[in-house]
Amino acid sequence: MTTLLKQYENVVGSDVIDQLKQLAKLLMGKNILHINSTKAGGGVAEILNRLIPLKRELGLDVHWETISGDADFFQCTKDMHNALQGKRVDIRESLLRHYEIINRQNFGMLKNRLEEADIVFIHDPQPAALIESIPERKGKWIWRCHIDASRPYRPVWKFLRNFVQAYDASIWSLSEFTQRLPHPMYLMAPSIDPLSDKNCELSREELDRTYERFGLDSGRPIITQISRFDRFKDPMGVIHAYNLVKEFVPIQLILAGGGATDDPEGEEVYNEVQSSAADDPDIHILMLPSDDNLTINAIQRISDIILQKSLKEGFGLTVTEAMWKAKPVIGGDTGGIRLQVINYHTGFLVNTPEGAALRIRYILKRRKQLKEMGEKGREFVRENFLITRNLREYLTLMIATVYEANDRIELL
Amino acid sequence: MGESFAIRDCALIAIATGQSAHTLIELRDRLEIVPESSIYYHFWGGLLRPRFDDPEYQNDFAVWVRHNIHDKTLAERMALVNPTDFSDMEMLRRELVDMIEERMDESDSLPWIKALNTFYFVRSQIVIFDTKKTLNLPEELGAHLPHMSLGSIFYHFIDSRRRTPLGSDDFTHWLSSFGNEYIVLIEQLSSIDPYFINLIELRDELAKMFKRNA
Repeated sequence: MTTLLKQYENVVGSDVIDQLKQLAKLLMGKNILHINSTKAGGGVAEILNRLIPLKRELGLDVHWETISGDADFFQCTKDMHNALQGKRVDIRESLLRHYEIINRQNFGMLKNRLEEADIVFIHDPQPAALIESIPERKGKWIWRCHIDASRPYRPVWKFLRNFVQAYDASIWSLSEFTQRLPHPMYLMAPSIDPLSDKNCELSREELDRTYERFGLDSGRPIITQISRFDRFKDPMGVIHAYNLVKEFVPIQLILAGGGATDDPEGEEVYNEVQSSAADDPDIHILMLPSDDNLTINAIQRISDIILQKSLKEGFGLTVTEAMWKAKPVIGGDTGGIRLQVINYHTGFLVNTPEGAALRIRYILKRRKQLKEMGEKGREFVRENFLITRNLREYLTLMIATVYEANDRIELL
Repeated sequence: MGESFAIRDCALIAIATGQSAHTLIELRDRLEIVPESSIYYHFWGGLLRPRFDDPEYQNDFAVWVRHNIHDKTLAERMALVNPTDFSDMEMLRRELVDMIEERMDESDSLPWIKALNTFYFVRSQIVIFDTKKTLNLPEELGAHLPHMSLGSIFYHFIDSRRRTPLGSDDFTHWLSSFGNEYIVLIEQLSSIDPYFINLIELRDELAKMFKRNA
C-alpha cells in the first residue's frame, strides 16, 4: 500500500480503503479528466487538489486542466454564480457571447485531452459551454454543480441549461439544489481532507504563535467566520451578532477570508466590512492568501465557536472543517449547512444576527455542552464528510455512467 | 456439505428524481408515481447516508410529516411501518398511500398545510461488486464478519431481502444449504430486526452470533 493510502487508512479504517481499491479496479485504463477555472482559491480547487492525487494513488489515469479567461469572462461567470444563487443579475448579451467565445478558445487548447477522455468532469458554470464544441464525443460528460441553484434567476439558468442538458449526467450537493434536467442527477455532498494543511493536527506552539501573530487574547473567547468576502456569506450580519454579544461577554471576532482568482467582487465586500468594523480592536479582519491553509487551520483551532452565517451556501466546507476540529458551529439555516449543523447535536441553525447572538451566548455559558457538541461534530464528519466517502461516490458514479446500467449494476 | 459463499460488496449512490412535495396531498400524489427505488431509498437508504439517529421515526416520510407538517399522529403511524413486512415495494407504496388518505379523511385542514421544508424524492442506484473472497464454512464467516465493509453487510443482510425468493438474508440462505447443522444460528438470525439498528451495530450483532453458534 502507498504511504498516502496508509495515512488515510489510519483515519478511516482499512475496510473503507479496501472498498475504494475494489471500485477503482473497475475503472483501470479509463482516461478521466477534470476541468474547472482555477487551481487555487475556493472550495472546488481545494477538493480537486486533494481528490486527484488520491485517485492517482488508486492507480487511475486522472488529469486536471483549468480554463483561462479575461476579466470580462470572470465577471460574467461571477454574475452567473450569483444568479444561480438567486440574485437578479441581468448579464449583457455581449458578455454571454464573450463567455461562449472564451469557452470555444479553451476547447481549442484542450481539444486533444477532451477528445481522448473516457470520463470528463466539468466543474461549475465557467467551463460548462465546452461541451458545445464537441457534439460527437467519445466520453461520458458529467457536469458538477457546486452551487446552491435551488432558486436561480431564471434568465441566466435558461442560458446555462442549453449547455448543461447536453451532459450525460450531473452532480449536485443536495437534492434541494437540483433543477429539472433530462439526465440522471446524482447527489453528492463535498468533503474535506483530514490530512491537508487546512485540517491536519497542529502543535500547541503553532497555536500559541497564532495568538501572538494576530494580537489575540488567549484568555477571552474567540468566535470566527472563515469565508470569502462575499455578500451571501453575510459578514455584516456576523459583525451585528458580535456587537449584540459583546454587551454581555468580552468576546473577540475573527473574520478571515481568502481571495479567489475568479471572484472580482471580494475586494469591494472586504472594504465594506472594514468600515463596518470601525475601530473596534476586538474585530480582526484578515485577508489571507488563498493558500495560507495552515493559518486558517490554526485560527479555527483557537476559536471557541465557528460561525457560518451564510444567507446562501452551496455546501459550506468551512462548517465541515470546523466540526472536524471539534468546534460547535452556528450556521445560517440554508443549503448544505442544514445537512451538517444539527440543532443541539453539532451546533445551531439561525436565521438572523439576533439568533446567532443568542446561540453564541447560550453555548459560551455552557462549556460542557460546547465540548460535547464539538466531539459529536467530529465523529459525524469522520463518518460522512471525509474525502474517502466522496471518492467512493465518484468511483461509483463513474462505474454507473460508464456501464450505463439502471438501478442495479452487478459487476460480478 | 453446503455451497461456498462469495462475499460481495456494494455502494449506493443517490439520484434526484425531480419530484417533490409541499403538502400531504402532494406527498400522496408523488408516492403514487415515483419509482420503487425511491420508496426503497427513503426506507433503507438512511443506513448508508449521513444522519443522526431519530429513535422515533425510522423512515424519511415519517420524519418529514413530524417535523415539517407537524402531524404527530400520521408520523407515528408511518414510523411503525416496517418494510420487512412487505413482500414488494408496490405493496409498501399502497400501504403508505392508504395511510395518508385515511389520515387526511380525519382532518379537513391537514391536506392543505404547507410544509416547513419541501420533501424531495430521491432514488438510488446500487453497484454490486465481487470482493474475490469466497468462504466454504460458516465458521470462516464468523471470523470474517468483524472486518466486512458496511457495504457488504448492507448487500448480504438488507439488499438480499428484495432479491431472494423468501425475502431472507444471504447468510440464512447459505446456512440452510448445510441442512439442519446451523438451525440455531438461523433462528437467531431471524430474530434480528435490521430496520431499527445502524449497520455498525448490525455487523457487531452478526459477528457475535456467528462467534457463539457457528
